[in-house]
Amino acid sequence: MKVIKIDKKDWAGGIEKIQSSYRLYGPVKSDAFHDFKALEKGELPDLNFSNTRVSPKSVVYPQSEVMFEYSLDEKDAEHHILKDAAKDYSPKAVLGIRPCDAASFLLVKRNFDTPEYKDPYWIKSYEATTFVGYACNNPCATCFCTTAGSGPFNEEGLDVLLVDEGDCYYAKVITSKGESLLNAAGWKTGADGGAPDKIAALEKEAGSRIASSVTTGRLKDKKTTELYEAPFWEDVSFACINCGTCTYLCPTCWCFDIQDENSGCSGVRMRNWDSCMFPLFTIHGTGHNPRGTKLQRVRQRFMHKLKYYVDKYDNGIQCVGCGRCIRSCPVNIDIRKVCDMMNSYDPKACACPAK
Amino acid sequence: MLGYIDNIREISKRLLDEGRVDMIIGFRKGTIPLMNEPCFVKNSGELSTLVWDSNCGINLANYLTDRKEKIGIVAKGCDSRNIVTHIIENKIKREKLVIIGIPCKGMVDKRKIAGMFENGIEDITEEDNIIRVKSRGVETSLNKSDLLQENCALCVHRNPVIYDELAAPLIEEQKSVDRYADVLRIEAMTAQEKWEYFKDLISPCIRCYACRNACPLCYCPTCFVDESRPQWCGKSQDEIDTRTFHFLRAYHCAGRCTDCGACERACPVGIKVRQFTSKLNKDCLDMFGWEAGLSPDQRPPLDTYKPADPGDFIK
Repeated sequence: MKVIKIDKKDWAGGIEKIQSSYRLYGPVKSDAFHDFKALEKGELPDLNFSNTRVSPKSVVYPQSEVMFEYSLDEKDAEHHILKDAAKDYSPKAVLGIRPCDAASFLLVKRNFDTPEYKDPYWIKSYEATTFVGYACNNPCATCFCTTAGSGPFNEEGLDVLLVDEGDCYYAKVITSKGESLLNAAGWKTGADGGAPDKIAALEKEAGSRIASSVTTGRLKDKKTTELYEAPFWEDVSFACINCGTCTYLCPTCWCFDIQDENSGCSGVRMRNWDSCMFPLFTIHGTGHNPRGTKLQRVRQRFMHKLKYYVDKYDNGIQCVGCGRCIRSCPVNIDIRKVCDMMNSYDPKACACPAK
Repeated sequence: MLGYIDNIREISKRLLDEGRVDMIIGFRKGTIPLMNEPCFVKNSGELSTLVWDSNCGINLANYLTDRKEKIGIVAKGCDSRNIVTHIIENKIKREKLVIIGIPCKGMVDKRKIAGMFENGIEDITEEDNIIRVKSRGVETSLNKSDLLQENCALCVHRNPVIYDELAAPLIEEQKSVDRYADVLRIEAMTAQEKWEYFKDLISPCIRCYACRNACPLCYCPTCFVDESRPQWCGKSQDEIDTRTFHFLRAYHCAGRCTDCGACERACPVGIKVRQFTSKLNKDCLDMFGWEAGLSPDQRPPLDTYKPADPGDFIK
């Protein structure tokens, strides 16, 4: 694999060059946190971060997105006809995305881009994006990516992987999309022959710093109905306040709600992120709610990520181990703990902590 | 406060063994530093899971709403005031509760501490007024009094106002605390400055409703933002909708808020949500001499009329 060496003194200049051909996004610090934001002209991504508090999924899949516009004015010849909203699918690039977050787009793709159904907004936005990853030399204590199908130097879902090597970045060229971006930035100097070894050493060290893990190997063999009826859900869900923090911060949660919003005689049809933690998510027009209790909603979130998804796609859990839900849950519900409970559940032994 | 736990466990054991309660609601040790998890214990053999330290900031009154069991609940000053509010508002019956009062010396601000250690925190221990933080193998000792949640630093009701058991002797309340400096600062702004200030304050909001859901006062079966017939409030990131949510939520807490800080603590994006409710708390104190949840025998000012109520705002 080709490795380019980017001297840090050439970093700002390269970014300036690509700003005319790409809309750039990167981590920006406000108050105590970093978040992915559109970079203003001349603004650099702040790579002095461990990870952002909200995932970068919004770069491809905004929290609120207008799909159609319409007129309700009957004098208007085309009233009550949905028209595609104007969209910008020109090239964009995310600079400094962590490997776990980049891998999450591949998981979400399984839902938005199937042989049967194709979500045009997500797919076009995703295809317009070049993912420039930033390897994690110093993973957080809550990172468990290595047992969730990813890793601090994982390349899946990335076009380029940057590795911080003191005075320079090594840029591993993963796809031709990535190569185009590097060329456009004028970063063309091949790294010296020792680079792959240096990268491998950093990767090994980062991997050894991942202190946290999940066990998932037996989830597939568990009976869905037995897990569903497991007695531990009362204990797991007790503390939950049913806010949307875990789902909104999660890079792999993809659910949305469709709303029409009118203002005077015109309106838009939009979609907004939704959360299975909210009672409104499932309530029927009749007023009946099939997931009317907190326990049912908490169970749904974990069963979806750790059982239904596993069974449906046969490609691991619907989680990349970024740890955001663990760090930000207001009441300390920990997916690692729940995953282990599910993975080791034996209905015959019924080692139920709630009893 | 670390010594409290032996008494909490002992009292809980007695309550469970004597059949006076069906469950104890308290905290168990969290899976990450600076967090404990609200939990219930039904079997007195499992009381060793209960913990008490300066990371028990979540308001446990939130877990009582409409429960039917006989419950033993661990309650700090603020929790006890929300229990009183729950009793007044018929969300729980006093006779269903055995309140284990905690004379509270304050909870630490998890964001403040986390922000001080960029390399992450491996472990935290505490002893009296000292918090020891281990980060990358290096231990740092800090004064707990410098790290309190803001509402705890300003608290003048640390002792439970209602209780059946006490985990420790009552403590001296904080005197001469400047509780409303922030409110006065905002009151001094022009209308335009206030508008900009609150606009910036809530700009990171992702509408996850953690502030609402962490609050024991927010128990409506369907919140106004979740109503769909009619739909009062849009669901997008439109800033008017987000403002509508925050402003109305705050007003719904007027005369009821105990300044427990649950909203602020829960917010995943660090919004200082108390900036809204503090003003209403101050107004209730100034106009009605009222602080929420101090006595189950007094009706709150906003559901009673007194001839002497201030009426200057009626033009």
